[in-house]
Amino acid sequence: MLVHTPHPNLPPPSTSVGVIGWARKNLFSTPFNSALTLCALYIVVRFLPPVINWAFLDANWAGSTRDACTDGGACWVFVKVRLTQFMFGFYPADQYWRVILAFGLLGVLIAWLLLEKTPKKSWVAAFTILIYPIIAFILFYGGLGLPVVETNRWGGLMLTLILATIGMFFALPFGIILAMGRRSTMPIPRALSVVFIELWRGVPLITVLFMSSVMLPLFMPEDLRIDKLVRALIGISLFQSAYMAEVIRGGLQALPKGQSEAADALGLSYWQAMFLIILPQALKTVIPGIVNTFIELFKDTTLVLIIGLMDLLSIVQSAFSDPKWLGFSVEGYVFAGLVYWIFCFSMSRYSQHLEKKLHTGHKR
Amino acid sequence: MTQALTQPTPAHEDLAIEVKGMHKWYDEFHVLKDINLTVKRKERIIICGPSGCGKSTLIRCLNRLEVHQRGEIRIDGIELNDDLKHIEKIRRDIGMVFQQFNLFPHLTVMENCCLAPIWVLKEPRREAEETAMRYLERVKIPDQADKYPGQLSGGQQQRVAIARSLCMNPNIMLFDEPTSALDPEMIKEVLDVMVDLANEGMTMLCVTHEMGFAKTVADRVIFMDSGEIIEENNPESFFSNPQSDRTKLFLSQIL
Ligand SMILES: Nc1ncnc2c1ncn2[C@@H]1O[C@H](COP(=O)(O)OP(=O)(O)OP(=O)(O)O)[C@@H](O)[C@H]1O
Ligand SMILES: [Mg+2]
Repeated sequence: MLVHTPHPNLPPPSTSVGVIGWARKNLFSTPFNSALTLCALYIVVRFLPPVINWAFLDANWAGSTRDACTDGGACWVFVKVRLTQFMFGFYPADQYWRVILAFGLLGVLIAWLLLEKTPKKSWVAAFTILIYPIIAFILFYGGLGLPVVETNRWGGLMLTLILATIGMFFALPFGIILAMGRRSTMPIPRALSVVFIELWRGVPLITVLFMSSVMLPLFMPEDLRIDKLVRALIGISLFQSAYMAEVIRGGLQALPKGQSEAADALGLSYWQAMFLIILPQALKTVIPGIVNTFIELFKDTTLVLIIGLMDLLSIVQSAFSDPKWLGFSVEGYVFAGLVYWIFCFSMSRYSQHLEKKLHTGHKR
Repeated sequence: MTQALTQPTPAHEDLAIEVKGMHKWYDEFHVLKDINLTVKRKERIIICGPSGCGKSTLIRCLNRLEVHQRGEIRIDGIELNDDLKHIEKIRRDIGMVFQQFNLFPHLTVMENCCLAPIWVLKEPRREAEETAMRYLERVKIPDQADKYPGQLSGGQQQRVAIARSLCMNPNIMLFDEPTSALDPEMIKEVLDVMVDLANEGMTMLCVTHEMGFAKTVADRVIFMDSGEIIEENNPESFFSNPQSDRTKLFLSQIL
């Protein structure tokens, strides 16, 4: 007779197999895979050392004029000398602290909201949304005893970050409203949303910016002068919110109908169902799309160059024409590219982290 | 709640559900035809019929997930019409359990159960959690309270869905094929919970093909075909002595 003896619970098998085991499994599993690995290896060996030599080993770091750049590699002296201008544009040097304080405060607030286990998140969120913008405006522009710095002196990374942050700040909620409008059963909100979205999606951002700075003033009354920066901001925010709306609509559509039915059956109102059930899930599924739109928005801020705003890229470019520093455009572009990349890559990483954090069990 | 809404007239007092001459169309398609149905308090009704005959549509009309176009529906004496106040009141009064569970996957089991009591009934969180725990114990899964629905088996999920509805303390429960999406070994655990509920005197309307369950708990069995109620009887007579040919055909296929 077969008697069953209960099997004890064992720990799971260990997965560490060492470097060689890993390489064999992942890099050389098939002949084709091996060929690809060797190919990639060749490319790395062939191109990486020259790049490293140029950027680091042969590069020039010390000094303050172009004469310091004697080695063959990159001349980072150029970037070093111009750095404050790249960061702050033509903002008065004795007022830099205001910009640093404003961004520092924003950084602290965002970290507070994004990190786990920080207390009083809802108060901090309310402060960030309602009060911080006022503080930031006073710091950047002036008032309350601080001397006024006109927006035409703002520039560089500071201007890029202002454009991007305010653009995101408006594009996400506005996109949510537009997406809800487009999915609404009420004809007027739906029609308005559709017209708005399709209008803005049909026009290139360059055209939007150009019209906002060149054509709008022609139609506006003489005495109503809206700041160029504000016009660009409105253009960027509305333009990106149309894209955001479509991304979010995708999320709303992907949600099974049963979710809103269950919310209805429990007696939740339309807005309760929207904010407690529908939007949290819809936004979660489209995090990659939202971040993609944010990254696009961040990079699209470079287009303000055509209406004469001095964002990071245009201020770097304008430095190329300084007769004292002719011929260092590669360094300038690499630097600007690196700065953009750091910001966009951070957003991308955070979105991946967020997706993992919000993952709750298996999708069926 | 204050009873500002239409007071039930004495004649309606012991009626939980009253449907008179109700019709519904999906565009051109006449899906429910002249439905007449009264359900007394504590009555347990089983609705059965072939696929596509309109069973789901009927019970979804009762809490306004679908809108009927003609006729009258009264729940606890309150007429179901475009008046949002009435709809709100009726939905608080009726719990519904779906074939696909429809739990909220981004919330834990506990949060699923507390959500509506907190936001709709404005209960304090502590109180809502205590109630939820009581109902989770009743459906025998108090230990899963902090898990997410995606981490539970189908049978467990459906029991959470039942507990979630019960947390609103409804007078009437609607079930739309609650066991059809479940593996056979999980059907029983859900049916056991439903039998308990029936024995405690809950007014229940249940669409199901579980004829064993129908025989144990039902006060009445309703048979529908192509949008009409064909036959209505107590379970013994319904199963042993069906009147219409269509019922006979249906029973011969299902038993
Ligand atoms: N939203 C809708 N639009 C149009 N027709 C629909 C819709 N929902 C259901 N129907 C149709 O109405 C009829 C009744 O559907 P219902 O879901 O009520 O059937 P059922 O009796 O519950 O069937 P089952 O046993 O398969 O669940 C079906 O023929 C179906 O095709
Ligand atoms: Mg059905």
